[in-house]
Amino acid sequence: MTDRTHKTDRTDRTDSVGRMDSVGRTDSVGRMDSADPADRTEWPGRTDRPGRTEHLVEVVDLTVDFTAGTGSAAETVRAVDGLSFTLAPGRAIALVGESGSGKSTVASALLGLHRGTGALVGGSVRVAGTDVGGATERELRSLRGAVAAMVFQDPLSSLDPYYAVGDQIAEVYRVHTDATRRAARARAVEVLDRVGIPDAARRARSRPHEFSGGMRQRALIAMALACEPRLLIADEPTTALDVTVQAQILDLLHGLRQETGMGLLLVTHDVGVAAESVEEVLVMRQGRERERGPVAEVLGSPRDTYTRALLSAVPRVDGPLTRTGALSSPSVSPVSSASPGHPRTEPLLEADGLRREFRLGRRTVTAVDGVSLTVAPGETLGIVGESGSGKTTLGRMLVRLLDPSAGRLVYRGTEIANASEKELRPYRRELQMVFQDPVSSLNPRRSVGESVADPLRAAGALGESAIRARVRELLDRVGLDPDRYDRYPHEFSGGQRQRVGIARALAAEPRLIVCDEPVSALDVTTQAQVVALLAELQRELGLALVFIAHDLAVVRQVSDRIAVMRGGRIVEQGTVEQVYGAPRDPYTRQLLAAVPALDPALAAERRAVRAAREPLPDTDQEVALA
Amino acid sequence: MTTSAPVLDAPGAAAATAAPGARQVWQRLRARPSALVAGGVLALLVVLALAAPLLAAIEGQDPNTYHDSLIDSARGGVPLGSFGGVSGDHWLGVEPGTGRDLFVRMLYGARISLLVAVGATVVQVVIGVTIGLAAGLGNRLLDSFLSRVTDLMVALPMLVLAIALTAVVSDGFPRPLLLILVIGLLNWGGTARIVRAQTLTLKSLDFVAAARLGGSGRLRVARRELLPSLAAPVITYAAILVPTNIVNEASLSFLGIGVKPPTPSWGQMLSNAQTWFRADPMYVLLPAGALFVTVFAFTVLGDAVRTALDPREASRLRIGTRASGRAAARKGRTSDQNSAPEETAS
Amino acid sequence: MTRYLLKRLGGALLVLLVLSVAIYTLFYLAPGDPARLACGERCSTAQVAQVRERLGLGDPVLTQYAHFLRGIFVGRDYSTGTALLHCDAPCLGFSYKTDQQVSQLILDRAPATLSLAVGAMVVWLVVGVGTGLLSALRRGGITERVLTVITLAATGTPVFILGLLLLMLVCAYLQWLPFPSYVPLSDDPEQWAWNMLLPWLTLGFFESAKYARLTRGSTLETLAEDHIRTFRAYGVGERAIVGRHALRGALPPVIALNANDFGTVVGGAVLTETLFGIPGIGKTLVDAVRLVDLPVVVGVVLVTGTMVVLANVVADLLYATADRRVALR
Repeated sequence: MTDRTHKTDRTDRTDSVGRMDSVGRTDSVGRMDSADPADRTEWPGRTDRPGRTEHLVEVVDLTVDFTAGTGSAAETVRAVDGLSFTLAPGRAIALVGESGSGKSTVASALLGLHRGTGALVGGSVRVAGTDVGGATERELRSLRGAVAAMVFQDPLSSLDPYYAVGDQIAEVYRVHTDATRRAARARAVEVLDRVGIPDAARRARSRPHEFSGGMRQRALIAMALACEPRLLIADEPTTALDVTVQAQILDLLHGLRQETGMGLLLVTHDVGVAAESVEEVLVMRQGRERERGPVAEVLGSPRDTYTRALLSAVPRVDGPLTRTGALSSPSVSPVSSASPGHPRTEPLLEADGLRREFRLGRRTVTAVDGVSLTVAPGETLGIVGESGSGKTTLGRMLVRLLDPSAGRLVYRGTEIANASEKELRPYRRELQMVFQDPVSSLNPRRSVGESVADPLRAAGALGESAIRARVRELLDRVGLDPDRYDRYPHEFSGGQRQRVGIARALAAEPRLIVCDEPVSALDVTTQAQVVALLAELQRELGLALVFIAHDLAVVRQVSDRIAVMRGGRIVEQGTVEQVYGAPRDPYTRQLLAAVPALDPALAAERRAVRAAREPLPDTDQEVALA
Repeated sequence: MTTSAPVLDAPGAAAATAAPGARQVWQRLRARPSALVAGGVLALLVVLALAAPLLAAIEGQDPNTYHDSLIDSARGGVPLGSFGGVSGDHWLGVEPGTGRDLFVRMLYGARISLLVAVGATVVQVVIGVTIGLAAGLGNRLLDSFLSRVTDLMVALPMLVLAIALTAVVSDGFPRPLLLILVIGLLNWGGTARIVRAQTLTLKSLDFVAAARLGGSGRLRVARRELLPSLAAPVITYAAILVPTNIVNEASLSFLGIGVKPPTPSWGQMLSNAQTWFRADPMYVLLPAGALFVTVFAFTVLGDAVRTALDPREASRLRIGTRASGRAAARKGRTSDQNSAPEETAS
Repeated sequence: MTRYLLKRLGGALLVLLVLSVAIYTLFYLAPGDPARLACGERCSTAQVAQVRERLGLGDPVLTQYAHFLRGIFVGRDYSTGTALLHCDAPCLGFSYKTDQQVSQLILDRAPATLSLAVGAMVVWLVVGVGTGLLSALRRGGITERVLTVITLAATGTPVFILGLLLLMLVCAYLQWLPFPSYVPLSDDPEQWAWNMLLPWLTLGFFESAKYARLTRGSTLETLAEDHIRTFRAYGVGERAIVGRHALRGALPPVIALNANDFGTVVGGAVLTETLFGIPGIGKTLVDAVRLVDLPVVVGVVLVTGTMVVLANVVADLLYATADRRVALR
């Protein structure tokens, strides 16, 4: 079917190219009539009526090469390799792929943004009748922003920090219209209001840093709306945002499409985001198309092996639990003396009223506010929270990288909240951590073997050859080739570096490992592998894990018990079944409702639920940073 | 899945963040002809300075013998002959007014220049690294005290203080050593700032936290995790300090408070030359040219080293939490200023 | 804002106090007898003792320093034995050589230094920022390469070499201008300008290399930022992008550096003043050092320090105002 669709596509294309000149104009004028794109779920609409549709986007055999290095050392990297697709007016397509798949490169190519960067672009790209490759600078400029507008991933850095948001929108508006300054300002306020920024007239005068993350992304979308484009290109528009804010932005995009009938090209790594937003999905890997089709079909019954692998790696908040945590597999006998059979009898680590304050200039900010929890030997405690919930601060306090401002922390019967470094010494190695950022967690100037050997050397118990043997063993244990002992971190991928980090934590022979967002920087397939490794190690070694993450699905996968954090406090705590199955706290319910569903039908249902529910008061409150 | 290599976990995504090693730096330097030429010029200069007594012997001259016969006393002491008295005996001519051999004096001037500049750089780097490390690793009180002192050292015009200091030191004190100390003790602020900033950045990185969890004490962390990463920025900065110090020595000598006559120095020659530039332009152009070429070569080389080490890597590491991002934005100004060499006198 | 300013000024005052202690200690406790220096070579022992008495050099060090500080803030009186010699409020003592009040002496020299600083600043801003912008905009072209080489060559080249070569070329060989000699602005504005032209150009060109590098680097850095990409993706023209967005982002460090440099030059452009014989603060210092006129040396160092520290505060303020992202704390 995929192949056939492809062919139909191609014949269709030749037709439409021949037609474009005569019919194109009239079509573009009547663009507002495609009222509700989401309702038109039949597929493929255009093969039924081949004579009537002009393609909004038509990409044929697109190839993009980047040159890295200079002179003789120059090396060509093919980011996009022979990609073809079309998008009818008013419809939405998602380019889905992991990092390095070339999906964002395609998005830039639609606006000719590669011009002058030294990238080699082959094939043809037509957007609303403009041949992007052959267009003059002037034609290209009138395409950009007016016909096709782009929304970027990081809304803070995508806006000029020195000018008011409203002025920036007005500037763009004036480039494409001959509006007066005053009219352009008014237009800016109008679109800011449309994207749901409260008190838009006043907020238009604020600079980007005075907005919260979600509001910034709304402002960027407002800029895109300013000139009523026919196509919106959204490049990972919600990746930098928390899940509840992400849901709001996706709902906004959906509403705008219904209202204006503009087409959407969505670039995302998150299959769930695609399922929420588009009718058609194109799965990319290493610059090539792997599978394309209606969203329900691709996600529901994928044909391509990679698509299947990708989908099976995506953790879910619903469906059967496939987790491999220690408590759920009592048949495995742990190595340590701590028996997971009696988890609640003697906690390994117990926090009581833990509190941490930071001084920010004259203000004191409470990052963690009276948190109490216990971790039993061999169990996994999942901590979920959005950015700013204090989960990382809490994790660092649990291993005493940060000193608590108040509260008690008892490890194996000893109070360590205020213990000095010297008093801590006997326990230091038993409390380890796996960090979020695979780049900064390894010293770039030391070989990975040396990094792993560090705890062994610091202990000073083993001789040189014994250390080397032990490190090789550990590298092998975490799934790395022991012969890469002397290699440096930059020769390893993100997932492999996380494995090195895990090996280093294991070298200290810990009883408890705090994993602070250990997989959030990784692609989803890599994520699944690292999570599986952690679960396996825990089972084998009887480790206790504290698994901190913003991703509810990942936490669900690995944890026995869950604590949900918000604003430095734990709002709900319980077993996985309790928290995911019957959440008591409204915030937990809101979090769960915001998680994108992989099933488009379910996604629509959820959206209706979200629309009906009154949002919690300060989910996306204005945070003035200064 | 214990041992099977991960299928989908392909390397390459984050490859560009590693700091380049010594070999890479050397390769990048070799690929830049300008850096090679500058390095060659400097190597030649060092050899000439070291071999000054030998070369003087070959020419058959010494720096301090007057040659009254070679100057036209009727015209106030202008050297006889063309180009300032160039001859087989005096390869670069003689000094107006005294008839001393210019070739040898230039060579001995180079010795002073390099000696003072390198000596002062060593003093600056030692003090700067010590203070910077102490500020970066110490507690809040120590840090804010040392940072204030550093700010003061960076802010105060070095030349004014150096001039003032030379006024109170007794005449018996060896002059080159005095210059080394004065320049070195007054101009370490930039180094300290860079080391402190770098230390703070490194300290906040996760691998340092990991080392602490692994049971490493403070000293062990400093030695094994911090110092190796500090070497690159310090070397780069030192490469820019040397020409600055050459200029500082020349400036002090130009003002007549550098090395004492008859010890030759380029700055002093330039100072004397002010009265001769109509009658004997060679006397201006020689030391000016030597000073210019030396400083230029050092600047080109320093620039090349900096590009080869790519400080962008360091700044990329700085991007972290919101608070540190703001600190970086605030620091951006100072680091921008530091990208130009340490203050040169006006 | 006000709170920040007060805090910074308080800090500046503290820094100056520390500086004054350091300078005072160094000079009055240095080898060599201040009384002997003050009195001169041919004084008899009795005369020296008299001078020591008059200057209070027999008092404990702390008392001496307290008197010195008091002098700066409220003025002080010296007893000459027969009469009282009053020294006005910012009292930095009397010159050993001319017996003039040091504060008055520095005030007399200030106009010359200020003339130099203002003119040179115009030159370095126009030439430096202009060059930097030009080479940032013409990146990759021949213009940029030429400018880069010139800027690199000018970086670090001592100011006196530049000045000597200019003097040699313009005054000695081409004879377009007479050798400059300072004419006060109040005497003859036209002559003042003609005579200051070479010093302005010398100091201006010297400083502009730094500004060219800073402006270029800063502009390129801004051009590489994400928000520039946004405006490109919205069809904003290259000229507007550079003129409105890149320049705006590039300016704060330039403004801050300028405030710092102006302060430093006002504190005394020692080399330029010496080379061109401009009777400014810097030249006063060099002359005073040659004559071992300690009160003048101390006075100039303090005044220079004050200028620089104040300029620093102003620079920080300007930077924070220009770059609204930086919070003042």
